[in-house]
Amino acid sequence: MSTSFYVGALELTTGAVLVCAVMTLWRRQVRAIVTMLRFQGIALAFVAGVLAWHERDLGLAITAALVLGVKGALVPWLLRRVIRLDPKSRETAPLINVPASLVSAAFLIVVSYVVSSKLTALAPSTASRLVPIGVATVLVGYFMLVTRRRSVSQIVGLLLVDNGIALVTFLLTAGVPLIVELGATLDVLLVVVVLQVHVLNAGARHGSFDLDKMRELHD
Amino acid sequence: MLSLLALAIPLLMGVISFVVPWRRWIGWGSALSSAAVLGIGIALCISTSSHGSVSALHGTLRADALSSFMVVVIGTVALLATLQTPRVMGREIGEGTTTARQASFYVALMQAFITCMLTAVLAANLGVLWVAIEATTIATTFLVSHNRTKKAIEASWKYVILCSVGIALAFLGTVLVYFAALHSGVVAPNAVSLNWTSLMAIAPHLNHGVMRLAVTLLVLGYGTKVGLAPSHSWLADAHSQAPAPVSALMSGVLLTVAFYALLRFKAIADAALGPAFPRALFIAVGLLSLVVAAVMLIAQRDYKRMLAYSSVEHMGLLALGAAAGSSLAIAAVLLHMLGHGLTKSTLFISSGEISHAEGTTEIAKVKGLLARRPVLGGIFGCGLIALLGFPPFSLFISEFTMARAEVNVGLWWVVAISLVCLSVIFVSMTNHARHMILGGDSSVALSLNARSVVVPLVAALAASAFIGISAWPLLTLLRAAAHVVVR
Repeated sequence: MSTSFYVGALELTTGAVLVCAVMTLWRRQVRAIVTMLRFQGIALAFVAGVLAWHERDLGLAITAALVLGVKGALVPWLLRRVIRLDPKSRETAPLINVPASLVSAAFLIVVSYVVSSKLTALAPSTASRLVPIGVATVLVGYFMLVTRRRSVSQIVGLLLVDNGIALVTFLLTAGVPLIVELGATLDVLLVVVVLQVHVLNAGARHGSFDLDKMRELHD
Repeated sequence: MLSLLALAIPLLMGVISFVVPWRRWIGWGSALSSAAVLGIGIALCISTSSHGSVSALHGTLRADALSSFMVVVIGTVALLATLQTPRVMGREIGEGTTTARQASFYVALMQAFITCMLTAVLAANLGVLWVAIEATTIATTFLVSHNRTKKAIEASWKYVILCSVGIALAFLGTVLVYFAALHSGVVAPNAVSLNWTSLMAIAPHLNHGVMRLAVTLLVLGYGTKVGLAPSHSWLADAHSQAPAPVSALMSGVLLTVAFYALLRFKAIADAALGPAFPRALFIAVGLLSLVVAAVMLIAQRDYKRMLAYSSVEHMGLLALGAAAGSSLAIAAVLLHMLGHGLTKSTLFISSGEISHAEGTTEIAKVKGLLARRPVLGGIFGCGLIALLGFPPFSLFISEFTMARAEVNVGLWWVVAISLVCLSVIFVSMTNHARHMILGGDSSVALSLNARSVVVPLVAALAASAFIGISAWPLLTLLRAAAHVVVR
């Protein structure tokens, strides 16, 4: 693969990860948000794939396949199931409206370029130059977690944080050792399963799972 | 070999309880497996004291004096908590609040939880350590929501979301350490691993800017799981809603296992950056935790939440001890972990009995325990005395030693601030406790006739007092364990 193609492919796929993250703030339909999350998972797998090709790294290629399967297919499927079985979770209820969210996202992207300058400085390369995009995805995920009150939106926020961190991992170190990557991906999958069971159980037992009404525990 | 066995026994027990329908012996089996873990922990301590460190599974598992000590702490608290299983599950099945299937599930998850904690302390690789700590969150979620009330599900949801986000930060921190190691310039990139020993070897060559960022992320990330402020808020919810033995295990060891991860990373950070930067971070989160705990304890109305905030306090004390960082301080930190595990699990288990007997967890609604339920009230009262740091219990000696070590390195102002917080905590907790324990009418005394509660809890308090008086046989062990992370 020629260098310019590698650079182009890496920039395109990395950029797609962030675009998907911002899109999740823009869309109101939870179903559309989950679709964005799936696209993000696929883009993330492609980032790993491009890097694996460039570095001739078999472990990273396996990771790419794993990411494609788990984040591009399995996790979105689990979330769709929640939406189907729990009608209340179909629309987001943002605490901060969409235009303000998008402005905040722009601000967070600037912040991430500032904080990642030290990381880029240690080992400047095509990949490490793109690290701020991963950090921005993490920050957008946090923003989603804090400002969206529906169960599925919170899970999506958590997954954005996770995808952003995975992106940083790929770009900085071409992936952590495979055993750690396997464990981390499995953990993410299990967290989603666990949260899904919570939503469905609470729905079956207590009528619905409404985070707005979760105000019973306080001091 | 021993470390492999320590993981295999609880794992096997978990699988058995998942497959075999609930019987009372399964509950006793889980206690037996914890006892075996404790035994293996002691054996590991003996073997590491003569060999330095022992590896298993081609170096994937590595036990040094510090890990062996942690196995002992896990085994001790796990034994206390799992000894309650047959009785608690039997009672819940009898009352119809739990089905036999759910009881099996409970035992299986408890064993999975214990296995994850053991994996965390025995892993040679810091990435595997991270995976294991994240896995404890997954294993404990359904234990927290075991009672299936709305409150329990709410607590469990917050627990998973907050801890997953926190632990994600820790992952980023771990990756940054790995990144710094790849570019250290002293070893070839393909020879770099996340093994703690190899990272320690190249620590002085790690890039400072990256390491500063990494350590900050690690302290915030693992700090969430430790229950250190500012991300402590899951702790009171989860600990007040989980079944008592689960709270005992979470508060008694899960927090300290996460703290163990911080100790390992702090050793790397000290070697890479010098002690000043990590020290400042640990002091910041430690003092903040003490202040938060003091404020939340003043007007606390729920005794389980009171115990949970006291855990925030003790984790803050551990952070301050680690900030001092001398080998005396770290030995005291480790002793404090054991003492806190013994005392806090005793208190959570007895508070579970109190809330079952009284039907409430509100402090205001429980009066005169000592007169009405002398045994239970006595255990709870003694536990609180131990928790507040009175001699002869071991928390007194460890708190005292940590303070002395902090003064030795010039942190007298930290000691002064923490003493103010501790006095506030002392006054508010004795106030709550006085209300619950003293007073009342002794003519209606009810006895608690469950030996499986009384015997282990009294033994735990006695052990805490014994360690507090003699420090035997722990002294050499603590020195060796502290020496692992202090050069």
